[in-house]
This record gives sequence, structure tokens and C-alpha cells, in this order.
Amino acid sequence: MQVYNEEDYLLLSGIQHFNFCRRQWALIHIEQQWEENVRTLEGTYVHRIADQPFLREKRGDKLIVRAMPVQSQELGITGICDVVEFVHNLEGVPLAGERGLYLPYPVEYKRGKPKKDDSDRSQLIAQLMCLEEMLACELSTGYLYYDEIKHRVEIQVTSADRERVREVLLEMHRYYARSHTPKVKTGPHCESCSLNRVCLPEMLKRRSVSSFIESRLNE
Amino acid sequence: MKKLLNTLFVTTPDTYLSLDGENIVIKQEESVLARYPLHNLEAVCTFGYAGVSPALMGACAERNIGLTFMTRNGRFLARVIGESRGNVVLRKEQYRISDDPRRSALIARNLIIGKIYNSKWILERATRDYALRMDIKRIKQVTASLTEAMQIVRDVEDLEILRGLEGNAAVQYNSVFDDLILQQKEHFFFHGRNRRPPLDNVNALLSFAYTLLSNDMTSALEAVGLDAYVGFLHRDRPGRASLALDMMEELRSVHADRMVLSLINKKLINAKGFTRKENGAVIMDDDTRKLVIKAWQEKKQEKIMHPYLNEKISWGLVPYAQALLMARYIRGDLDEYPPFLWK
Ligand code: SF4
Repeated sequence: MQVYNEEDYLLLSGIQHFNFCRRQWALIHIEQQWEENVRTLEGTYVHRIADQPFLREKRGDKLIVRAMPVQSQELGITGICDVVEFVHNLEGVPLAGERGLYLPYPVEYKRGKPKKDDSDRSQLIAQLMCLEEMLACELSTGYLYYDEIKHRVEIQVTSADRERVREVLLEMHRYYARSHTPKVKTGPHCESCSLNRVCLPEMLKRRSVSSFIESRLNE
Repeated sequence: MKKLLNTLFVTTPDTYLSLDGENIVIKQEESVLARYPLHNLEAVCTFGYAGVSPALMGACAERNIGLTFMTRNGRFLARVIGESRGNVVLRKEQYRISDDPRRSALIARNLIIGKIYNSKWILERATRDYALRMDIKRIKQVTASLTEAMQIVRDVEDLEILRGLEGNAAVQYNSVFDDLILQQKEHFFFHGRNRRPPLDNVNALLSFAYTLLSNDMTSALEAVGLDAYVGFLHRDRPGRASLALDMMEELRSVHADRMVLSLINKKLINAKGFTRKENGAVIMDDDTRKLVIKAWQEKKQEKIMHPYLNEKISWGLVPYAQALLMARYIRGDLDEYPPFLWK
């Protein structure tokens, strides 16, 4: 099995950027072009979660852990799970410091409501795959909690899902290794893109600079 | 395009700047002269040995607010730079190009085309606006030769030849620059460029305007992750912001020269604001310097249509837009670097 070096790990949270627009992902994660850089962003993010009063909470047969760092050597990613719920399960795995066997369920908090596209799902699936690798277990369920509808949506993970996430991550690693910021098709989604001002999507569809210069010089 | 925030120029000497919460506080001998919220600021530029507290330096670095120290005469002293933004990939490509004379020349020639084009159109405009006051024939001769120079530059791929052509074009433009001064001619005249030190009022003004421009250019380059000290047209020299100087070439005339001309022609400044030292060096008094800064700030708020991006932006963002385009070219998004062609 091929494993990645730690310094080549990508941020798990980048999957949603990548699904939204490959170029946006490259601008943030390769070029570090962000009003605040990615690290400060992750910082405030962790802070928001870690601020919650109970870092480790027991509720009946559940153990709830917040802001849990995860990684996968096989996928070459690292990130933070908002919430992981460990539930008593005879098929589960032992946990350090706890009695009995548990299985983890990642819960990812999202703003807004469930989206049509796949990006929230992929991020959750990647988290789940990290947990599987770190705890040596097999999982198939995770949850996406949406603050607008105020409840969680259960996500069942299939092997096709995992395959898709593996492929996306391979593509991300390929760009990353080449430090390449791809050009992409622009569209209405550019309007809502936070990197609009750095990306200059208008420029991507503009005519060549050569013809611009030629036409100016010949006027 | 990003929003243009304010630049705070501190021209009162012997002031101390410190941080209070989210504000910058300007003090003089314990009394507070002014206080501004940091979130409105793009840059802070101090003249005359004003001290700055480490806490404020840190706050500026964190928020990407440029912090520059100048002497009272506007000579650059130092700049505070925060943790670098991790653009090693972009910078390495910039260094590779800088080490490659031919690739450097391909960028340099577009910068020079920008410079010549803009000088040409300043002259063309003047002949139209002040047809009765100018030696039209002489100026038209110059613009014709500038047009020709641009056509030649377009095909050159050799840096030395480009530097020569650029020099010639500058001589041509300078030869009629004095014609653009329409008022106060006994005190404001231009017989050629001199810098260290400036020997007449116009050169003193130009030098100061170029300092302001180079400061803006350096910050813009750093903001997009380029190294302002590694250039293509200007050779590396320790302590010289060569890329900032390269990028200034196309903006000097449209951005700085025009402001200087309008200050003189609109009689916003006068000869009393200038002192001639025993050795001929000319220095400006504090009030004149303040007037220039004010004009510079006002000019930065004016809107123009960016010729390549086709987007309305303020003059103050032009250095940033060009820096961004340069970064995009180095990244491989564009077929050539698009010079700023003003008309
Ligand atoms: S502006 Fe459009 S093309 Fe550019 S990064 Fe954003 S979404 Fe992608």
C-alpha cells in the first residue's frame, strides 16, 4: 500500500473547495491566496468547536468527542472532525481508557441546508475513511448536521463513494505535487466565490494578451 | 477586485504610534493626536523618525497592513514585513525567469511598451487640450518617434537592446516634458532628470511622487506574493526593489508625472515651499509635502477603466491590479504580461 509522507498531507477541508472549483482549491491550498491564510482559518474553526463546554461528554452508551484531529496515511489527508460519536457496539473496537467496544460515527456541522451537490458528503466520507484507518474498523454511517433545518441527515457510505473520494484525492495530490493551479470553466458560481478577486475569472475568458497589445499599438 | 482602503501618512515628526485594541493611536509627548481603526487601513507610512510600538508592528503584519518608515524627505528607510505568505512556488518561478535573460526580456519589453505608450498619450492629450500653447510640431515629432519605438520594442528579445531603447524613449519624452508645465514657469522648469539630490523644484516633486509610487508598488507586489526585490528589467542590486522599479516604469508618467504637473499647473503649490541648499540640492518644506500627499491620496480615489481587465477600479488599485496580472502571467495563466495601456 502506498502511503504519503506527513508533509504531503492535504487538508481534509479542501475537498469541499475542490468540489466547488478546482481552481479555488488550488488558490487556497497551493498558492495560499486567502484574505487570511488557511492556517488562521483552521484556527478559528477549531476554536469555535473547542469553545464548547464539554470536550468529552458521556450520554448513556454514547461517548461524544468534539474537534477530533484525524488523518489518513493512505489518502494523505489530515483534518478535524467536528464531532465524533462513539457508540457501544459488540462489533466495535476497544478505546483507550474506556470499557467495552465502540464504533465511531462522524458528525459534520454545516451551515445552511442540505445541498444538491456532493461536496458535503465527500468531506464526511473522507472523515469516515480516516476514522476507519486510525481505529482499524469498518464503518458505513455518518451524519451531516445542517443548522438551517436543525437536524442531521444520515449518510450511508458505499464502496463506490469511497472510490470516488480516493479518485478526487489522487487528483488533488497530482496538482499539489506539480504546484499547478488549473484553469477552469468560469460560471455563475464565480459570483459567490470568495476568491473571485484573486482569481480574476473575467481574465480566464478574456482574449489573449498579444491581441490586446497589438490592437492597442495599431490604433 | 479588492477594495481600496486608506493609507495613513504620518508627517508630524517625533510622534509615536501604538496599538490600543483595534486602533492605531498617534501620540506626541504623551498627548494623543489622533486615533484610527485599523480595519480601515491599507497601509501606514511614517515620515521622520516616528517610533512604532512592537504591538502595532505585529498587528499590521498580521493584517497585511503595510508599515513603512521614511525620512522626512521621503527617502525609504525600512518596511515591516510579516510572516511570508508561503508563495514559494510563485517566487521560485519568478527567480527562474529573472535568471533567464530571454524570459526576462519578454516581460521587460511589455513593461517598456507600457511606459512608452503612456508617455506618448500624455503628450497627445496635451497637444489636444492646449493646442494653442504648445509647440505642436515639436511634440508631434516626439510622439511619432515614440510610436515607432514601440513597434521596434515589440520584437526585441534582448535585455541590453531593450534598456537602450527605453533610455532613448525617456530622453525623447523628457525633451518635451518642460512644455507640459504651463504655469509658474520661472520657478518650475524641467531641464532633465536629476535625483541624488534633486537640483530643481520639479525634480524634487518628481522624486517624492516616485517614492510614493514605489512604496505602493512594493506593497502591491508583496500582497500578491511576489518578491519586490527580484526584477526582470532592473538588475539585482542589494537593497533595491528591482521588480517594484520594473513595474513602476509603466505607471510613472500616468500616475506620478501627471499629478506633479497638475499641482504646478493648478497652482496648488508654489515656489515658497522649496528651499535651495548651498550645494544646489532642493528640498520641500513640510506643508508642500503634505499637499503632495493629499493630492496623491485624492488621485488614488479617482476611478478609471482598467484597459485589460475592462473593470472600473480606482487609480490606487492599479499597482495591485498590475501585480496580480504579473503573478498570473508568472503562474502561466496568461500568454503575455498585459501592460497598463492608458489613454
Ligand atoms: S472565481 Fe470562479 S474560477 Fe475562480 S476560483 Fe472562484 S469559482 Fe473558481
